[in-house]
Parts: sequence; C-alpha cells; structure tokens
Amino acid sequence: MSRLKQYLSGVKDGFPIFLGYLAVSFTFGIAAKAVGLGGFESALMSATNFTSAGQLAALSIIASSSGYVEMAFTQLIINLRYCLMSSALSQKLHPSTPTYHRLFVAFGNTDEIFAVSSAKEGYISPFYSYGLMTLPLPGWTLGTLLGVLSGSLLPERIISALSVALYGMFIAVIISPARKSKVIAGVVLLSMLLSVIFTYLPVLRLIPSGFRIIIITLLIAGSAAVIFPVDDEKGDVK
Amino acid sequence: MSGNPFIYIAVMALVTYLIRAIPLTLIRKEIKNKFIKSFLYYVPFVTLAVMTFPAILTATNNLWSALAGFVTALLLAYFNKGLFAVSVSACIAVFVVELII
Repeated sequence: MSRLKQYLSGVKDGFPIFLGYLAVSFTFGIAAKAVGLGGFESALMSATNFTSAGQLAALSIIASSSGYVEMAFTQLIINLRYCLMSSALSQKLHPSTPTYHRLFVAFGNTDEIFAVSSAKEGYISPFYSYGLMTLPLPGWTLGTLLGVLSGSLLPERIISALSVALYGMFIAVIISPARKSKVIAGVVLLSMLLSVIFTYLPVLRLIPSGFRIIIITLLIAGSAAVIFPVDDEKGDVK
Repeated sequence: MSGNPFIYIAVMALVTYLIRAIPLTLIRKEIKNKFIKSFLYYVPFVTLAVMTFPAILTATNNLWSALAGFVTALLLAYFNKGLFAVSVSACIAVFVVELII
C-alpha cells in the first residue's frame, strides 16, 4: 500500500477515536476551568500531553499547588502503562523504521491509538499511525478548549452517549480475537474480573488506577505467557 | 493555584512523552525471547479489558444506558463488526436508552 493509502486508512480508523475524544476532552475542559486554568493553558496541556487520566490527575495537583516533582512523579505512576504499550507497539513497527518516525509515532501512542494499532495484522506503517492521530489530536485539543469556553455547548445527553465511544472501540479490539481463541477469551474475562476486584475491594481500591493496570497486566499477561506461550511466527494462539 | 501552569504543563508533557518514546526507540529489533514475545502479545488484551470494565458502567448518566452501550458493543464485536460500527452503535444505544428512561 502506498504511503497516502496507509495514511488515509489511519484517518478512517481514527474517526471513532475522534468522536470519543471530543466528548472526554470536553468534560476535561470543564474540569480544567473549575481549577482556574484558562482556555489557552488547558488546550496547550491537551495538545502536548494527549492523555486523559494523567491530565485529570494534573488538575488536582495544580489546584492544590503541589510541587513540580510531585507532578512528575504522579505522571510517571499514572502513565507508566504507556511503557508497556510502547514496548508492545515496538513489535508492530518494522525493525528498519527510522528513529525520527519512532519519535513521532511515540507521541501519539494513547490508549485508544494503541488499541487500534494492536488490532492491525502484521507490521504497521508510521504513516498509518500519523493518519490515526490526524483527527484525534486536534479533536482532543479543540474539545478541551470548547469545554473551558462553554461548558453548556454540547447537551449533556450527547456527552453521555459519546462517553462510551472509546470503550466501544476497546471492546471491538478485544472481543473479536477472544471469539477465535479460548486463551484470549480467558485472558479478557480474568482481566475484567481482577479489574472489578481491584476497583471495589477495600485496600485494593486505594491503588491508583495507573498502577492497577500495570499490576494486573504483569500478573495476567505474565501468567498467560508462561502457560500459553505464543508459538508460531504469526503470533496466533489457538 | 500558586505554581506556574506552564511549568506544570512542561513537566507533565516531558514525563509522559519519555515514557512513550523510550521503549519505542530502544526496542528496535524483533524480540526473539519466547516469554517476552508472548507477554507483549497479551498486553493489549489485558490493558484494554482492565480499562473497559467496570469503568464503562459509570461512564454515562445512568447504569442502564451504560449497560445498553456495553451489551450492544459486546454483541456487535462478537459478530465481527468493525471498530467504527461497534463504537457508534454503543453511543446510539446509550442515547436511545436515556431518551426512554
């Protein structure tokens, strides 16, 4: 496929991400305004960080005037899951992909873009990744700005409906392979079960969500890798 | 708020970017180690499942619309509909249920 085709196919796959980001960033903008951030600062934060959980956590740090070191440490904890995702994504880029492409692709490796990239068969082209980012990044920034400027621009019903767009994508990415492989189905079910336990059980629920994802990933992906190692070249598990 | 918002933004952007960029630039070869290869293969399934559930249940205005969106997405994904169809149908399901309830 030509670079343009790769790019356009990415733009198309990025459209649901764009919809979801618009809703999530809009509510983020409302929250940013509430702690005293202006439209420019909030939009700048979204354009340079491109991460929802980290940005939300940042708001409470800014609101409580905590130190810059605490900010750095909090971001490290919440966003450390990207380290796992980027490691997995490194295997989706052809080994010959030059560093400058890797540096740009890395910037856009959000949970959702990672999800869509993982669902692709074989290697992905950096141009596909650029296509994936094309709508979501401006959408994330614009939605933030709109949320700060006018919290009532989008009706609550629409925001509520759009809020499941990103989860819908995650489900699309994990369920279809789970249907073909019992191992993946088991991995998905067990992950959700542990997630429920970590979310609601006393003590365990005090663990920040960023750490929760890492702990469960190490546990389940680690055990699955030991018990059901991926055999053939294509990486399929039957 | 007494800190400089621009320094906060710069600090968090730098940390977040480094976390994303370091593995992607350092791991350049295809990983041959069977354990690590298998581990990374399972990573997306675990991370995405953990992020989806139970978080999706509290994402909308009420539990019933959230359940409608969740079940719609599960069904369509099970029947191999694409990302876009699954995602948009889940949104529509939420919207419709909230109109009724």
